[in-house]
Amino acid sequence: MIELTEVTKRHPGGVTALDRVSLRVGAGEMVAIVGPSGSGKSTLLNIIGTLDRPTSGDVVIDGRRVGGLGDAALSELRAGRIGFVFQQFHLAPGTSALGNVADGLLYTGVRRAERARRAAAALERVGLGHRLDHRPHELSGGEKQRVAIARAVAGDPPLLLADEPTGALDTASGAGVLDLLRGLHAAGTTVVVITHDREIAAALPRRIAVRDGRIAAPEPA
Amino acid sequence: MTARLAPRDAIAVGGAGLRTRPLRAFLSALGIAIGIAAMVGVVGLSASSRAGLDREMARLGTNLLTAQPGTDMTGAQAELPLTAEAMARRVDGVREVAAIGHLDGVAAYRTGKIPKTDTNGIGVYAARTGLPSATGARLAAGRWLDAATGSYPAAVLGATAARRLGVAAPGPDAQVLAGGRWFTVIGVLEPVALAPELDTAVLVGWPAATSALGFDGHATTVYTRARDAAVERVRSVLGATANPEAPDEVQVSRPSDALAAKRAAGRAFTGLLLGLGAVALLVGGVGVANTMVISVLERRAEIGLRRALGARRGQVRAQFLTEALLLSLLGGIGGAVLGALVTAGYALWQGWPPVVPPWALAGGLAATLLIGALAGLYPAVRASRLPPTEALAAP
Ligand SMILES: Nc1ncnc2c1ncn2[C@@H]1O[C@H](COP(=O)(O)OP(=O)(O)OP(=O)(O)O)[C@@H](O)[C@H]1O
Ligand SMILES: [Mg+2]
Repeated sequence: MIELTEVTKRHPGGVTALDRVSLRVGAGEMVAIVGPSGSGKSTLLNIIGTLDRPTSGDVVIDGRRVGGLGDAALSELRAGRIGFVFQQFHLAPGTSALGNVADGLLYTGVRRAERARRAAAALERVGLGHRLDHRPHELSGGEKQRVAIARAVAGDPPLLLADEPTGALDTASGAGVLDLLRGLHAAGTTVVVITHDREIAAALPRRIAVRDGRIAAPEPA
Repeated sequence: MTARLAPRDAIAVGGAGLRTRPLRAFLSALGIAIGIAAMVGVVGLSASSRAGLDREMARLGTNLLTAQPGTDMTGAQAELPLTAEAMARRVDGVREVAAIGHLDGVAAYRTGKIPKTDTNGIGVYAARTGLPSATGARLAAGRWLDAATGSYPAAVLGATAARRLGVAAPGPDAQVLAGGRWFTVIGVLEPVALAPELDTAVLVGWPAATSALGFDGHATTVYTRARDAAVERVRSVLGATANPEAPDEVQVSRPSDALAAKRAAGRAFTGLLLGLGAVALLVGGVGVANTMVISVLERRAEIGLRRALGARRGQVRAQFLTEALLLSLLGGIGGAVLGALVTAGYALWQGWPPVVPPWALAGGLAATLLIGALAGLYPAVRASRLPPTEALAAP
């Protein structure tokens, strides 16, 4: 599902965020990315998610060599094959939960009525079937993140990327969110999660430790 | 996969920014609205006033011709011959003839106490009984001179003359002093559009003027109503007919032409106001551009999210262009409605038929869309060029 070969990312300021990283994640795996702040975790995830391009190296996602793809093909890949979950949720403030989730399918070419139907189903899956009309400010942090997860998976992407999805949540809500991700993994989705939470990381099947832009030896479970 | 959103989706996405910040959208649309309202209003008012003039002309008729003595070869004031009216009546196509004769050196006063040098701009004229019918003059109060009153010391005042002489209403108590004789005011005219010289006139009967004021019988203006189809022909022969011995000393004119000239004079002013409206519109466009730049800055995270959800650069660009277009279209439609309402209100108040030319509305909306596209282009391109990671990192 994910194949990184000798990937280097150098930011304009001269910071080398990733240094010759090679990495392979198979389809259906669930992986935690761990490491200290500033080690390059987000940079790595953005490159996997095709939101950023490496300075050098080779990236293959879902069988597609990203380096050779233009904006249209990359957008198509993101729309159909990759779901994103962010620490800050990124929900549209004035829009209902259903609207937010349905907007996640806006760029997949699915018709309006079908988008609403799939959005309702996705919200049902994350346990928010009764909050379809609630707007983000009427939801708790954990509920917001579940809406964001519903948005990410409404199109059934084979790859789900989450950058500190529990970072803004208390322990209980965080556990709920992680249960959801585990459920998706169980259903066959490849899941990559950045987390600072040792307990969470320890509970996942595989851990990738990043330090100073390099993959370090996996931390003991 | 489609590169474009369905039109309904595109409008919903483009309008989202407006819905979440209605006050800002309203204010920046207001700038456009004021510009469009000004332009539609200016065009509408000038069209309405023109329609009002046309209607007035249709009512007054454009078939009135006047013949007046000009100057002779030495530059002295010429005179129409005594036969001028009778001759004019004989021209083929002439339906009506009437005349007034100015009484040189005769002034009119309300009392005998006013110094004789102060004429108040009011002239005393001998008038034929057919004058109202020929000129379209109407009585505001009282009666017109007839065969009987035309021989008595009776007078009819023009609208301005009545005001200046302080005559509120005709009647036995309303007397004016003209040429040392008292005349009873039996009527007051409304303003006469085609013969404004009558507004400042004290009109007495032709016989009374001859017997009491020493009138020599020479007409100073001959009014001729021609059949509509014959106007130009009558115009060409009227001078020679009125004064066969010296046709060049007769000035023939068509008073409705003066009204038409007034109409043309309004156009220059309209152009100026239109220019002001265009400036207002431009300022409105700058307001929209400003709003869009701020909107793009504020919504960087949303842009990043949409890119993560699979929006292409072109789709992000289209979203913000749509927003700018909707914003200015909102202002444009509001402004067009406002301008049309102002036009209708003012036109009705002025007694004009309200006219808002469709081309002004269409042009206004086209200008609006152009402004919206120009104002939105730069912010939209900036939004689309934003790298997704940078956009997502924005607070
Ligand atoms: N746009 C950028 N320009 C310059 N340097 C950057 C940029 N983005 C990240 N960096 C630098 O790259 C390094 C890795 O950043 P990254 O965000 O990947 O860290 P992280 O592991 O996600 O940290 P955290 O746990 O705090 O989120 C950091 O030193 C950071 O300062
Ligand atoms: Mg990070």
